[in-house]
Amino acid sequence: MHTLISLTAPGVLPAVDDVVAPVGWDGAQAAVWLVALPLLSAAVLLLLGRRADRWGHWLGVLASGGAFVVGLLLLVGLLGLSPGQRVHDVHLGTWLDAGALSIDAGLRVDPLSVTFVLLVTFVGTLIHVYSVAYMEHDAARRRFFAYLNLFVAAMLLLVLADSYVLLFVGWEGVGLASYLLIGFWNHHTPYAVAAKKAFVANRVGDVGLLVAMGLLFAAFGSLDFATVARGIPEASEGTLTAIGLALLLAACGKSAQFPLQSWLGDAMAGPTPVSALIHAATMVTAGVYLIIRSGELFAAAPTAQLVVAVVGAVTLLFGAIVGCAKDDIKKALAASTMSQIGYMVLAAGLGPIGYAFAIFHLVTHGFFKAGMFLGAGSVMHGMDDQVDMRRFGGLGRYMKITYFTFMAGWLAILGIPPFAGFFSKDKIIEAAFVPVDGQPWRAWVFGTVALVGAGITAFYMSRLFFMTFEGQKRWSTTRDGAEQHPHESPALMVWPMVVLAVGSVGLGWVLTGVGFVEWLEPSVGHAEHHEPVLAVPVLIALTLIAVALGLVLAWRRYAVSAVPVAPPVGTVLTRAARADLHQDAVNDALLVAPGQYLTRSLVYGDKAVVDGAVTGLGRTTVGIGDLVRRTQNGFARSYAAVMVVGVVVLAFVVLAVRG
Amino acid sequence: MSLTHYLVLAAILFAIGATTVLLRRNAIIVFMGVELMLNSTNLLLVTFSRIHGNLSGQVLAFFVMVVAAAEVVVGLAIIVSIFRTRRSASVDDVNLLKS
Amino acid sequence: MSPLITVLPVTALPAAAGALTDEGLTSTAEAVLFWTLGPLMVLAALALLFARKAVHAALAVVFIMISLAFLYVAQGAEFLGVVQVVVYTGAVMMLFLFVLMLVGVDRSDSLVETIRGQRAIGVLAGLGLGVVLAGVVGRAAYGPATGLAEANTPSNPEAVAHLIFGEHVLAMEIVGALLVTAALGALVLTHRLRLTTKVGQREQAERRLRGGGHPVSLPAPGVYARHNAMDVPALLPDGTPLETSVPRVLRVRGQEADAREYAARIDRVLAGGWASGAGTFTSDEDYRGELGGPVDGTVTVRDADGPVADGPAADPAAPQTHDEEDAR
Repeated sequence: MHTLISLTAPGVLPAVDDVVAPVGWDGAQAAVWLVALPLLSAAVLLLLGRRADRWGHWLGVLASGGAFVVGLLLLVGLLGLSPGQRVHDVHLGTWLDAGALSIDAGLRVDPLSVTFVLLVTFVGTLIHVYSVAYMEHDAARRRFFAYLNLFVAAMLLLVLADSYVLLFVGWEGVGLASYLLIGFWNHHTPYAVAAKKAFVANRVGDVGLLVAMGLLFAAFGSLDFATVARGIPEASEGTLTAIGLALLLAACGKSAQFPLQSWLGDAMAGPTPVSALIHAATMVTAGVYLIIRSGELFAAAPTAQLVVAVVGAVTLLFGAIVGCAKDDIKKALAASTMSQIGYMVLAAGLGPIGYAFAIFHLVTHGFFKAGMFLGAGSVMHGMDDQVDMRRFGGLGRYMKITYFTFMAGWLAILGIPPFAGFFSKDKIIEAAFVPVDGQPWRAWVFGTVALVGAGITAFYMSRLFFMTFEGQKRWSTTRDGAEQHPHESPALMVWPMVVLAVGSVGLGWVLTGVGFVEWLEPSVGHAEHHEPVLAVPVLIALTLIAVALGLVLAWRRYAVSAVPVAPPVGTVLTRAARADLHQDAVNDALLVAPGQYLTRSLVYGDKAVVDGAVTGLGRTTVGIGDLVRRTQNGFARSYAAVMVVGVVVLAFVVLAVRG
Repeated sequence: MSLTHYLVLAAILFAIGATTVLLRRNAIIVFMGVELMLNSTNLLLVTFSRIHGNLSGQVLAFFVMVVAAAEVVVGLAIIVSIFRTRRSASVDDVNLLKS
Repeated sequence: MSPLITVLPVTALPAAAGALTDEGLTSTAEAVLFWTLGPLMVLAALALLFARKAVHAALAVVFIMISLAFLYVAQGAEFLGVVQVVVYTGAVMMLFLFVLMLVGVDRSDSLVETIRGQRAIGVLAGLGLGVVLAGVVGRAAYGPATGLAEANTPSNPEAVAHLIFGEHVLAMEIVGALLVTAALGALVLTHRLRLTTKVGQREQAERRLRGGGHPVSLPAPGVYARHNAMDVPALLPDGTPLETSVPRVLRVRGQEADAREYAARIDRVLAGGWASGAGTFTSDEDYRGELGGPVDGTVTVRDADGPVADGPAADPAAPQTHDEEDAR
């Protein structure tokens, strides 16, 4: 039963030369429009300013929708080709030509990138439509749509880039868009601070990507995927491990993995559509994309791959524990995102067998998590922007559509068959239990972690659901004394949620049915199917038992019994979980405090040494001048004395010299 | 007695004249110190003219006397005019150039 | 010291003045002169330095200058010696004294030094200068002195004149212009612009009258008194002294004389006698004062030859105002 797999088995991945189609399909050129349309729309909306306020949002929706249409066309085009011909590099032109380093700009159209394109544009367009209604009362709605389009353009550039450099451009672009959108209401200082925190944490990760690019250039002399892939067999394992770890650091920053996950909770300060699009479905998945794009590299550096799996496993549990104690609905969903991406990263760290499942989970997660975020936004809209779940309760009766769409997402994330999450997450758990050559503990550790994580996920997601929609009403009055009237959201908000709910329900067996894993093979390589240490039906049963346990526990505590409005003191673990397991404190002590100390000492040094030297010079001059000034006392007799003394001294000198 | 003694005497008188200029506050006495210095120079010139047998020294001393006279005229006029405005003949009182 | 004293012996002994020995040393007479005048000149210079009153300092300088004139003549520079006395001492130092008078002759300078350290620097500088100059000058090597015997032919003034109007005529002209300029400069510097209108005599008189002041000049002192010294007040016809006739300064100082002492002796006049008894006695008894008759200012009318009808009997031993006081 145990079939061992060697991670560095050659021939697992298709050779590059076979894949990149030298001739053939010109339709790939259309990929440029994917980036250009939203980018142009963003430029128009920003440059026209207030004149575009009345129709700007529709332009944004159109741009996103147009990108989706182009994506569909690309999909159709690719499907028309044979699997061996599905990887295309579109050359856009020479970008940098600096002696040894010559970088061309180009796009890679292959199943992986088209999958991402479709996910981003589809979910993105739905969220654009949702935002038309959600941001209706905001005067800066046009600017919001400009930023959303900018994000879409940058994300598409990221997934379509054919070199690490262009990927980095998109990488930075989504970081910028995230900053602008999290801090959209930056007149409220905590939101602006949260945006800064997100940007800085991303920056730390970006350092990893820059280091990786440097190492790649040093090792391979080029930065595009094709050349790197060709050069991997000759590179040393040490170099590849270093590159892998650097790329992992970048992925941690962007995907909010341990240890750079502290920004995701604070990023909920942005408007809910932002949380749905960026911090659930798309931007946070960019890290996973990076790892999988560099799959061959990781496959050739097993140590780095192990670290990736460990990071994924740790984050999985971390997010789950934190999610159990959060009372803010958005922050709980953010912790859930962190945890689910931990699943994806764990899958990516398991080797080629995990790559496809990571992407599968990524796609399904995009649907149900975005759906749940939009649902949360709908609840907030109905409850006058209240986010504390302790003040919700029993809303299912008042917001029926939201209730059912949210339920779809909830069941999907739990992994209850036949919802989407079951297909994707269970596959990851199976892959985790697959044994590895020479390291028998790996299967058991990762597998158990994934299983336990599924159980905790069930618990806290059910807690969230029951506290919000079931149980007794715990609403407070609004601030100006009127009672809260929860109501269903307008149509433009409801329909995107419905569509996403449909996806949460059905996407799983649709994708399995069309052979999603085989579809991805040209990009991620073919993985042999191996048996896990436990039989698959056993695993499925264990998973379902864990999920059921979590659900029932949550039902008893949050749906049946009364939920206190004021948060109870709780155990040490609860308190720690509420404080994000003290990650902020650790960051402060390790990084912020020394950094501030360094800054302060530099400022002091600048003031004391540099300024001191300059001012000191000035003050010395003034002081000397002051001293010398005293010789000008206005008395002719002093001047005469000076003259006479001078004469005497001169005479002495002359006499002494002449002897 | 060699003629050097006259020279030394002239030097001593010159030094005392200079000290007077430095130490006295009354403008007229200071002026007299200056006159003393000029006179000592004259003595020096005359002695040198005798040493070298050349009358140019005496001619120069003569001119010094004339110039000294002119100088005294103008100098005393200045002192008088300052005294008229400031009612003081002290050189220390004209210290407006002090910084 | 009249300049004639110096001139006469000089013109008589043109060659003897300042004669040098073969080694260039002076004669003993000159040495004596030098050693007499030299220290005195130094002392006088020190007196200039230390004198409290400016006049003393001026006199010290005068002494120095005249001594210098002596030395010039001794050295064979007779012309210069005379010029020194006439121009320098006679004109320049007198100018100094004039200005001293203007400024205030009793004003004595305080010898307290106000500028910090000036005294020390001054003394040091002076000493240093003296030492340096004396050292330089004293150690210079000249060779034997030539003396002015040859140069002073036919006589010192003529030889000097030859040089001044020959070789140095340009300098002389310029110096002449300089003197004129200096004179003009003095005029300009001391010129006072009249800032207020000039009060003439008429204006002054009008002012006095308007102000209720004295329109005419004040009475002279000592009128009708027996002396007209400044401190003796004039007397009014009834014998009371007139205050305004004595200058105000004397009045303020309390130096006004007592009027009664100097009152005129009009009693005698009124009695038909003479005011002054001196040399106008009618008889011996009158001279001896035995005639009797009232004295002491009492006014009595006496017949020409008859005893006095009224009035107190004269007391021969009583004090009388008589001429002896004149002799006092």
